[in-house]
Amino acid sequence: MNLALKDIANNVGRFALTTFGIGMLLMIVMGMAGIYRGLLEDATILINRIDADLWIVQQDTRGPFAELSRIPPSMVYRAAAVPGVASAREFVFHTIQRQHRGKLLRMSILGLSWPEDRGTWIPLVAGRHLRQNHYEMIADSSLGLELGEEIRLGKDAYRIVGLTKGMVSTGGDGMAFTTFLDSQAIQFDSPPEAIRLERAARDIRGQSNELFMRQPQLSEQLSRPTNELAAISSPSISAVVVKLKPQAVPAEVAALIDRWEDVSVYTRDGQETLLVQGIVDKARRQLFMFRVLLTIIAGIIMALIIYTLTLDKIYSIALLKLIGAPNHVILGMILQQALLLGVLGYGIAYLAGSRLFPAFPRRVVLTEEDLFQLAIVVLIISVLSSLLGIWKAMKVQPNTVLNG
Amino acid sequence: MTRRRTDTNDVADNPTQKELAIETLGLTKIYGSGNTEVIAMRDANMLVHVGEVVALVGPSGSGKSTFLTAVGLINPPTSGQVNIGGRLVMKGAQAAVNLRSFRRKYIGYVFQKSNLIEFLNARENVQLAMELNGLSGAAARRRALELLEKLGVADRSEHRVSMLSGGQQQRVAVARALANNPKVILADEPTAALDSHRGRQVMQLFQGVARDFGAGVIVVTHDHRTLDVFDTIYEMEDGLMRRTEAEHVQ
Repeated sequence: MNLALKDIANNVGRFALTTFGIGMLLMIVMGMAGIYRGLLEDATILINRIDADLWIVQQDTRGPFAELSRIPPSMVYRAAAVPGVASAREFVFHTIQRQHRGKLLRMSILGLSWPEDRGTWIPLVAGRHLRQNHYEMIADSSLGLELGEEIRLGKDAYRIVGLTKGMVSTGGDGMAFTTFLDSQAIQFDSPPEAIRLERAARDIRGQSNELFMRQPQLSEQLSRPTNELAAISSPSISAVVVKLKPQAVPAEVAALIDRWEDVSVYTRDGQETLLVQGIVDKARRQLFMFRVLLTIIAGIIMALIIYTLTLDKIYSIALLKLIGAPNHVILGMILQQALLLGVLGYGIAYLAGSRLFPAFPRRVVLTEEDLFQLAIVVLIISVLSSLLGIWKAMKVQPNTVLNG
Repeated sequence: MTRRRTDTNDVADNPTQKELAIETLGLTKIYGSGNTEVIAMRDANMLVHVGEVVALVGPSGSGKSTFLTAVGLINPPTSGQVNIGGRLVMKGAQAAVNLRSFRRKYIGYVFQKSNLIEFLNARENVQLAMELNGLSGAAARRRALELLEKLGVADRSEHRVSMLSGGQQQRVAVARALANNPKVILADEPTAALDSHRGRQVMQLFQGVARDFGAGVIVVTHDHRTLDVFDTIYEMEDGLMRRTEAEHVQ
């Protein structure tokens, strides 16, 4: 006869409610680990997807994710010429926040190096990859944009041709992918009035410039958009992503590029470490502290519940002792109840978490490792929480029964 | 009518040839020490034979429960000796056996109230006593139902304790006390919560149990109306025990 189950059956409502409460608490503990994993995955998903061997960024910056980085587009050609490099392409990455359908829409835009890169590495859940150089966009489903929908950014409208899932920036903003040129157009878009004022200023500067006075036809060029002016440098890019030849050693090629005085270079692991240590580390430590606190709280609550359950049946325990029940029977009853509380609470936490977490605004990733770790912790706190109840049960004397 | 009052040493005069269930020799219990010393029981001697039902009467605070807990191996005496089934089990405060195991195998208890484990039903209360003694679940269940049948509460076997009347609870407690065929059944005011009719029924139940199951039964009682049921009566007053007759009980 299992006394633990019999006692629970006698107080099934209270036990169920208690277990549910513990389950909710454990779900939060589970969620904390999931949030950290989500942060980590969000931070590294782009790096992993882009699958670059080297990242060339503005010198002494930790760009392009951890901080702003600007390098000239010509860096692509310089990098491509380095021995061991198989390919080099532009990487443009920036975050915008605009009004769309009456709501604020925040998205991180990544420019694809058209036509070499059409975004075929982006996993789609609907639609297709990019087919033309302009006005097409692949959006993460978290942005809430629909396939075929048009979104106006700056002076142009972009049609959503593909939807992806789980592609977010380190800040948790949904990603949108356009061609490199469109990305720059969005990034460096200026309002018409600003353009007019800039053209006027340029015109005035031209009138006093000897070069323009000698060649008046050049003045006609001044009214063109900035990014179409040959004399003015092209808008900068965030980074250059480099793919190496199979036989090339990343550290050696990186050392070569690192000698240039205008850039810094990171290997893929280096870039990942920068992200994890720079952006995610504080969040990780904060979440860890919360997890520890919540685990302690869960343990204390469980101990109090088990203690209360033991107090409720202390008379029955004295009676059990009186009729000769060995200590291990009584101890087993309390321990089994504590373990059942922990195991069921954990099960509820997992079931509830699996259903609730996907609805959270940021990704909550439950990994097997974290789940296993929490399971062990729950088992330990279950055993520890039963100690108070066991101590009380062991202390009670069988003659308590005679006192009524 | 002969008004014979006997002191405790008269037990030796009992000419019965029956097997001894309980024997206490000079049981004394002292609480506290020095100025706070209280002698709850002094030199208590009792003989209970197999099949015999003994009443222990006396006013509140006279030491009845102290005696019962000493014999029941719950509260050790300060000095004296307890033999059960002819075996020394307690000498002074020293146990000669594993007390909990001995209680489980050889002693059955019935108390005034709250005799049963509340989170079990009637059958499970009886069954548990046997399972604790190593009987398999199925066999224990079968015997529990037989005992409840004998005690007339088989129809309440699956009811929770709280759903049973006081009399039914006492019968279930008696069934549990009998579960392991004990040498000794100790009952502390088992009829206190019952009306006189039910009280008498329970006392007669003990009488039947002692004879049918071959146990020695000690019943602490205040209910003088049922004293005729008992084979022997002991009276306690101020910690002193003496053997007496029903008509001499105060």
